Amino acid sequence: MYEFEYHHPGSVENAAKLLSTLPEAKLLAGGHTLLPTMKQRLAAPKHIVDMRSIRELHGIHVKDGHLVIGAMTTHSHVAESALVNSHLPSLAALAAGIGDPHVRRRGTIGGSVANNDPAADYPSAVLALNATIVTNQREIKADAFFTGMFETALKEGEIITHFVFPTGIKGAYAKFPNPASRYAMVGVFVARHGADVRVAVTGAGANGVFRANALEAALKGDFSPKALDGKGVSADDLNTDMHADAAYRAHLITVMAKRAVTAAQ
Amino acid sequence: MSATGIGASVKRKEDFRFITGRGNYTDDVNRYGQTHAYFLRSPHAHATIDGIDYAEALKMPGVVAIFTGKDLADDKIGGLICGWSITSKDGSPMKAGAHPALAQGKVRYVGDHVAVIIADTYAQARTAAEHVNVKYGVLPANADTASAMKSAPLHDVASDNRVYDWHLGDKGATEAAFAKAKHITKLDIVNNRLVPNPMEPRAAVGEYEQGTETFCLHTTSQNPHVARLVLSAFIGIAPEHKLRVIAPDVGGGFGSKIFIYAEETVCVWASKKVGRPVKWTSDRTEAFLSDAHGRDHVTHAELAMDANNKIIGLRVHTTANLGAYLSTFSSAVPTYLYAPLLSGQYNIPAIYAEVDGVYTNTAPVDAYRGAGRPEATFVIERLVEVAARELGVDPAVFRQGNYVTQFPHQTPVIFCYDGGDYNASMLKALEMADYKGISARKAASAAKGKLRGIGFSSYIEACGIAPSAAVGSLGAGVGLWESAEVRVNPVGTVEVLTGSHSHGQGHETTFAQLVSGRLGIPIENVSIVHGDTDKVQMGMGTYGSRSGAVGMSAISKALDKIEAKAKKVAGYVLEAAEGDIEFKDGKFTVKGTDKSVDFGSVALQAYVAHKFSGQDLEPGLKEGAFYDPTNFTFPAGVHICEVEIDPDTGVTKIERWTAVDDFGVIINPMIVEGQVHGGIAQGIGQALLEGAIYDKDGQLLTASFMDYAMPRADDLPSYNVGMTETRCPSNPLGIKGCGEAGCIAAPPAVINAITDALGHENIAMPATPQAVWRAAQQTMKKLAAE
Ligand SMILES: Cc1cc2nc3c(=O)[nH]c(=O)nc-3n(C[C@H](O)[C@H](O)[C@H](O)COP(=O)(O)OP(=O)(O)OC[C@H]3O[C@@H](n4cnc5c(N)ncnc54)[C@H](O)[C@@H]3O)c2cc1C
Repeated sequence: MYEFEYHHPGSVENAAKLLSTLPEAKLLAGGHTLLPTMKQRLAAPKHIVDMRSIRELHGIHVKDGHLVIGAMTTHSHVAESALVNSHLPSLAALAAGIGDPHVRRRGTIGGSVANNDPAADYPSAVLALNATIVTNQREIKADAFFTGMFETALKEGEIITHFVFPTGIKGAYAKFPNPASRYAMVGVFVARHGADVRVAVTGAGANGVFRANALEAALKGDFSPKALDGKGVSADDLNTDMHADAAYRAHLITVMAKRAVTAAQ
Repeated sequence: MSATGIGASVKRKEDFRFITGRGNYTDDVNRYGQTHAYFLRSPHAHATIDGIDYAEALKMPGVVAIFTGKDLADDKIGGLICGWSITSKDGSPMKAGAHPALAQGKVRYVGDHVAVIIADTYAQARTAAEHVNVKYGVLPANADTASAMKSAPLHDVASDNRVYDWHLGDKGATEAAFAKAKHITKLDIVNNRLVPNPMEPRAAVGEYEQGTETFCLHTTSQNPHVARLVLSAFIGIAPEHKLRVIAPDVGGGFGSKIFIYAEETVCVWASKKVGRPVKWTSDRTEAFLSDAHGRDHVTHAELAMDANNKIIGLRVHTTANLGAYLSTFSSAVPTYLYAPLLSGQYNIPAIYAEVDGVYTNTAPVDAYRGAGRPEATFVIERLVEVAARELGVDPAVFRQGNYVTQFPHQTPVIFCYDGGDYNASMLKALEMADYKGISARKAASAAKGKLRGIGFSSYIEACGIAPSAAVGSLGAGVGLWESAEVRVNPVGTVEVLTGSHSHGQGHETTFAQLVSGRLGIPIENVSIVHGDTDKVQMGMGTYGSRSGAVGMSAISKALDKIEAKAKKVAGYVLEAAEGDIEFKDGKFTVKGTDKSVDFGSVALQAYVAHKFSGQDLEPGLKEGAFYDPTNFTFPAGVHICEVEIDPDTGVTKIERWTAVDDFGVIINPMIVEGQVHGGIAQGIGQALLEGAIYDKDGQLLTASFMDYAMPRADDLPSYNVGMTETRCPSNPLGIKGCGEAGCIAAPPAVINAITDALGHENIAMPATPQAVWRAAQQTMKKLAAE
């Protein structure tokens, strides 16, 4: 780690001001991605803007039938929240399966979604549940947010403040963990929005999280695991690495999708 | 049995300090004025060094000094050594290239040491390192042995990168056996490369005291005396009486901390150069890159059977990847610690093994928990399992029909098995594993669309490698005895100084149990001192499950002397003839009378010396002993693994694990069971999860826990552990050793179970979900066709 200056503003407004005035400043949420890269000297921000003491970014509430989750809310809070468990149990279950207890007590939903790691769990939920990402500048629909591996629609200095999730959706997440890192090697989130079905796949895509159109179409007519027989995602746009090649990932996508549909019944 | 003596499950005395964070590890050692070292490592797997420019780095804030291989050479500091000389088939000695602590002109693996930057803080040293300009001439690199043998040499001495081509056994007799065989089973086997990953990474603090001209090195070592010997006699840091080596609490080693590495050598040498203590602590990436790795064999093996399903011959060819340099005991691991084990528990009249040791552009490979025996066990236990399947014989029955049953048993490959009852372990394991119920369990799994399989491993291993004269004749540079000193204090408390070293094994408890039981004193009154060359005179350290069989035997021998001397003192105290004194339960009694005196009082009398004259008896009560065993010890047992495979995902779940081991006499059943658990976990890790992968350019792809899969609790089953016991005839305590058995037994048990479930043999380690899924596709096709 190189030396850096530490800031802990009390409001989003002040945080935004620091980001726009300080050179090479970076937001710090749970630090579970940023700090390891700094320790390895892969990232070297001159200024760290810690959002921990910004109260408006923490917490979970229900508004107009929507679940609102602050960007600084930790995975364990989401997993254990009574509100999330009653309104969107699939999201609570996903959060409970991220990393280990240490990671869940520090890592945040805002950090995870902003980082858009291609193997992270949350992006699949945001996409399948059709959440809205709210920043200090605007509202961004999930379909427009994830633009590539580690890339999002966020602009320089833009801060995610909270997420708005529709509620009452039948859905489930099925994760096949990477045996080493336990991130998703393939993770499939299936969500039934009335007549519509959204299926988001993480861990597998060469460009990060994506929607599996063929699976969505099959499930729209018949929301059952059988509907996915013979259906799948082409291996062409999937990742090959030392843990799994594209063909195996393609196969797992269908298997995990079926398991998610079963769990969502 | 006393409540704290041999056989009691005494809770570990050392654990309170470990689990409350009060241990004292090398990284906890901080010295006034200390500097920090950062090692600049090669980013290339193979390159010439055409220049190192560190003028700018030297001017960076906090930088104290920068050294390269030239500085070591100028100071006449020798290279690291390999302490076991192997002789090739043609009688020529192995071709060992130089192994400088800091590279001289060439780097040979990613992580090789190019320069050391010493600064006031670690961050300053690391930042300065970014300003050292090294000009590399990149050379082609090879990470695997097959391509290395066809490529330009890493070291000029080994033209085809072959360090040795060694053999063992009778080739003619083996060929003859194969010529008359009724059935031959053939297997190609890769034993995957592993990274040891002890919880505590390596560390060193070197200090030099100008007044007394003495060095002190704190280091994460399993054998501080061997480290001192090598650093003194071979590397030339300082004569032994001017060099103190301390290995304080050490957080696991698994073999990787036996060896003498570049970093501690440089830290202790540099402490005199810079006139300040020099400290280095490895980070996890450095540990992946530079700790000696384990295994990495490519083997072709064949087993010959006669018409009665008796094994009549075994031939094996193994190519062992030794890495870029020969680490301290690397040469012996795939030779003398491997081929003699190939006979397994079986009566095999003819065996012939050939081993090529090969240099590659990878981290050095050396002993890792089991060291050679897991590789050998994997070969023989896979072969017998496959042979049984091919012959249509139950694998348990096939093994039973070939077990050695008469002892001593001389194998054709050096070892003389001194005792055991292999079938007793097999029968007990079959019972515990409910082998009879396996068909029903397989059917139940099939009904759920799952594949169930069962696999055996009927392993033998060799511990407490000895006697010294024998290992010397095989090329070892050291003797493999152990020392002990028992110091009885005037109040009857006891300190035991041992040359063994505990880095997780629990010696502070088990060794104290021996003393407590033997002298009849409370276990709290015994402390175990180890890991400091200024306290313990000499020792050979801990590896190869030798501390019980060899280390405790030395203590036992010293206790014999203590008892003899104490009886003399008691004779004076009780005014009786020495021969009339009996010692039992901590009390000296005059035979046939009620006159007695306790151990503590005798200790006091030994020191006040009021009851005898110094002419008749020396005051004091302190005795030392060296113990050199008469033979290796041969723990053996049967492990049975039962798996269930999900053919949809390829996930293998271990449903049952049965372990029945014969470790001879057991000092502490709880600790032994813990050793078995940990060993099996490591073995399952090798079979299902772990594997170090280098790409074709010699970059280590699995250089962090993000990509190198360590076994976690939820990867592992609940173990069903049982014991059988035959006393070891080759040491006074009857101990065989238990530290490595689990990781020796486990890998073939897992793979035999998976291949049983799949109905075919082509699966390599680690059997990852992807690999198992691919293999299961063939199985499902076949089942569908049936
Ligand atoms: C051992 C380990 C295991 C893990 N396992 C998993 C796993 O199984 N599944 C999984 O999904 N994840 C896993 N993670 C990642 C973890 O869950 C965190 O979600 C992730 O590290 C990012 O969240 P954070 O709060 O730590 O963000 P930080 O590390 O603090 O920040 C990450 C990035 O996002 C930016 N950022 C943070 N918050 C905002 C915001 N509100 N607005 C704009 N930009 C922002 C930061 O500037 C930084 O660039 C693991 C992490 C570790 C260390």
